[in-house]
Amino acid sequence: MKTLIQELVETFGPSGYEDAVRTLLSDRIGGAVDEVRTDALGNLIAHKKGSGQGLRVMLAAHMDEIGLVVSHIDQQGFARFQTVGGVWPITLVSGRVRFANGAAGVIGWEYWLQKSELPKMDELFIDLGATSAADAPVAVGDVACFDRPFQDLGKRLVAKAMDDRIACAIAVQTLRELQETPNDIYVVFSTQEEVGTRGAMTAAFGIAPDVAVAIDVTDTGDTPEAIPMAVSLGGGPAIKIKDSGMIAHAGVKDWMIRTAEQAGIPYQREVLTAGTTDAYSIQTTRAGVPAGCLSIPCRNIHTPSEIVDYDDVLNSVRLLRAMLSAPITL
Amino acid sequence: MLLQQLSDARGVSGHELEVRALIAEAVHGLVDEQHTDVLGNLICLRRARRPVQGQALRVMVAAHMDEIGFLATGINKDGTVRFGKVGGIDDRILLSKQVVIGESAVPGVIGYRPIHLLSAKERRSAPDLSHAAIDIGATSKEAAEKLVKLGDQITFRTSFQPLEPGAQRCVKGKALDDRAGCATLVELLGHDYAIDLYAVFTTQEEVGLRGAKVAASAIAPDLAFVLEGTICDDLPKKEDLSHVTELGKGPAITFMDRSFIADRRLVDLLVKTAQAESIPYQFKKAAAGGTDAGAIQLSREGVPAVTVAVPCRNIHAPVSILSLNDLDNTVKLMVAALQRLEGSL
Repeated sequence: MKTLIQELVETFGPSGYEDAVRTLLSDRIGGAVDEVRTDALGNLIAHKKGSGQGLRVMLAAHMDEIGLVVSHIDQQGFARFQTVGGVWPITLVSGRVRFANGAAGVIGWEYWLQKSELPKMDELFIDLGATSAADAPVAVGDVACFDRPFQDLGKRLVAKAMDDRIACAIAVQTLRELQETPNDIYVVFSTQEEVGTRGAMTAAFGIAPDVAVAIDVTDTGDTPEAIPMAVSLGGGPAIKIKDSGMIAHAGVKDWMIRTAEQAGIPYQREVLTAGTTDAYSIQTTRAGVPAGCLSIPCRNIHTPSEIVDYDDVLNSVRLLRAMLSAPITL
Repeated sequence: MLLQQLSDARGVSGHELEVRALIAEAVHGLVDEQHTDVLGNLICLRRARRPVQGQALRVMVAAHMDEIGFLATGINKDGTVRFGKVGGIDDRILLSKQVVIGESAVPGVIGYRPIHLLSAKERRSAPDLSHAAIDIGATSKEAAEKLVKLGDQITFRTSFQPLEPGAQRCVKGKALDDRAGCATLVELLGHDYAIDLYAVFTTQEEVGLRGAKVAASAIAPDLAFVLEGTICDDLPKKEDLSHVTELGKGPAITFMDRSFIADRRLVDLLVKTAQAESIPYQFKKAAAGGTDAGAIQLSREGVPAVTVAVPCRNIHAPVSILSLNDLDNTVKLMVAALQRLEGSL
C-alpha cells in the first residue's frame, strides 16, 4: 500500500486542479468497482454495487491539496501569489513549489534575516529562476503546490498532501479488499475541500445517500507542548464526535465505534476544535444525511511535511471494510 | 442609455422592484419566456436561434440587480432616522453623504459633527457611526413617521453622468456594481446562439448570493457565467506590484475569489475567444470578494462557472467610475464566447 500512498501524495492537485490525481485514482480503482464517473465539479465517483439489501452509503476522501496561485509577475520575473486554502506563511519561507507544467520555484521573503517577527504573506514571493517577466515559466492564474518527496520512516510516513491523499489511498485499498457487501457503495474522491468542502456538496446532491462517512486527517495532541487533544499517532483511526463545522450523527458514530470494538480494531474518540471535513457539507445536503467522519491522526497538517502512522492507515482500512461488509443499523 | 437608467434606479438588496421593471421592459421582444421567481429574480430564456446538434446546452448568465445601501431601522425622538447597512459598506465614506429614503424618495443627509467640534484624536481616526442618523429635516418623531416607515430602503443620492470625454469614455454613477453586469446581459440577449440562454437578473447578491442560489436550483444549467462590476485599484503604486484590475484594460476574468474557483475550461474559453477576436482582457488579480458564481457552482450536482467583470473604481461607494470601452468589450467577449458554445464544453 506504500507504493499507492507515495504516488498519490507526490501527484500535483491543488483545489480546482485535481485532474492528475483523478486520472491516477481512476486507473488504480479499475476492477475494484462497477462504474466510475466524473461530475460537473470534477468529483470522481466510484460505485460498487451491493446485493440490494443494504443502504446507499457515500464515502468521501478529498483529492485536492492546499496551494498557491500566481497573482502578479514583476519585471525581474519574481511572482507574487495568493493562497488556495489554509496556508500559513511560516510554512513557506525557503520552501519549494511546483506548477502543473513542471515549472519549479523557491519561496523568498523580503525580510530574510532582517526581522524577528513571523513573515506575512504579502512579503513573500516565488523565485522562478527567471531573469525577467518575459522569461517567467508561468503566468498569472497558474497554480502551485508544495514540492516535497514522500519519505518512509518505517512506522511513520511523511509527505506533503497526506491531507487528504492518505484517505484516498485508504478508500482505494478498502474497495480492493471489500468482497461481498449488502450495501450500495459510492466512494467520492472529492474536489475543492480545502476552499470550503465544495465538491462533496454537489456529489452528495447527486448520490442522495442514506448515510455518509468522510475520511480525512485530524490533529494530534502528542507532540512536545502540544495543545491538549486526546488523539495520538498510532492510537488507531479516530472516530469523529465533533469538529468546528459539524456534530457527527450519533447513530453513525455509534455504528463506527461498535464495529471497531466487535472487530478488535483500536480506535480513538475525536473532538477537534478547529477545522472541518466534507461531512459538514454532506450532512446538510437535500433533506439531510446522517454523516460521520473517520479521521487519520496527522502531525503538521497543512505543512509540506505531514506525518501519519502506517498502523493507523492499515487499521482505518480494516475498520471501513468491517463497517461496509455487513448490514448497517443506525 | 440603459446603463444610466439602471444606475439611477434604486434597488437595495430585497428591494429590486424598480430595477426589475426597467429590465423587464428592456428585454421585451428579445426573450421567449420570462418570469419572476419567489425571491424576485427575473429569469429570461432566449432559446437557441442557430442550428443545434441534439440537445441545446442550458447556459445561465447572471447579473445581480441589487445594490449596497441601508434600511431604516428606527426613528429618533428628534425626527432623525437610524439606519442599518445592507452589504459591505466602509463607515469612513458615509459622513455627510446625501441619501434617498423609501418609495416617495425622501431626501436626507447622514449627519456628523463638524470639524470644529472634533478632538485632535477624532480627526485622525475612523468615525464611530453606531449612533449616526439621517437628518430629513423633521423636527419630531411624529413628523418623521409620516415620511419614513421602518424597513424602507435607503440609497445614495448620486446621478449618473459622463465624465470628461476622453479616450476611455468614463462615466460615474452609483450601483455600477452590478448594473454594469445587468446592462451587459441585456445586450447579450440581442444576439443569436446555438445554446438556450437563461439570462438571470438576480436579487440579494450583496447580502450572500441568495437570489442566484435558488435561481440556479430551478434552472439546473449545464454551465454558468456571472457578469459583475469588480474592484479597480489602478491608482499609482510605488512598487512593481499589480493592481487588482485597471480601468480601460478590458473585461476582468476571475480565476478565483473567496466564493469559488473558476472552471478552467471556461477561463480558457474566454481567453482563447479574446485572443482570437483581438478583444482586450485582464485577470482579476486578487482572490478577494465573492460573486453569484459561488452559489451557482454549488447548486444541485454542481455547475461549471466563471465570472467576467467590468472594472469599477470606488466600488461599494456612493459613486463609482467605469469605462464604457470596458463595458463594450465585455459585451463583445461574452457574445463571441457564447457563440462558440454548442453541444458540450
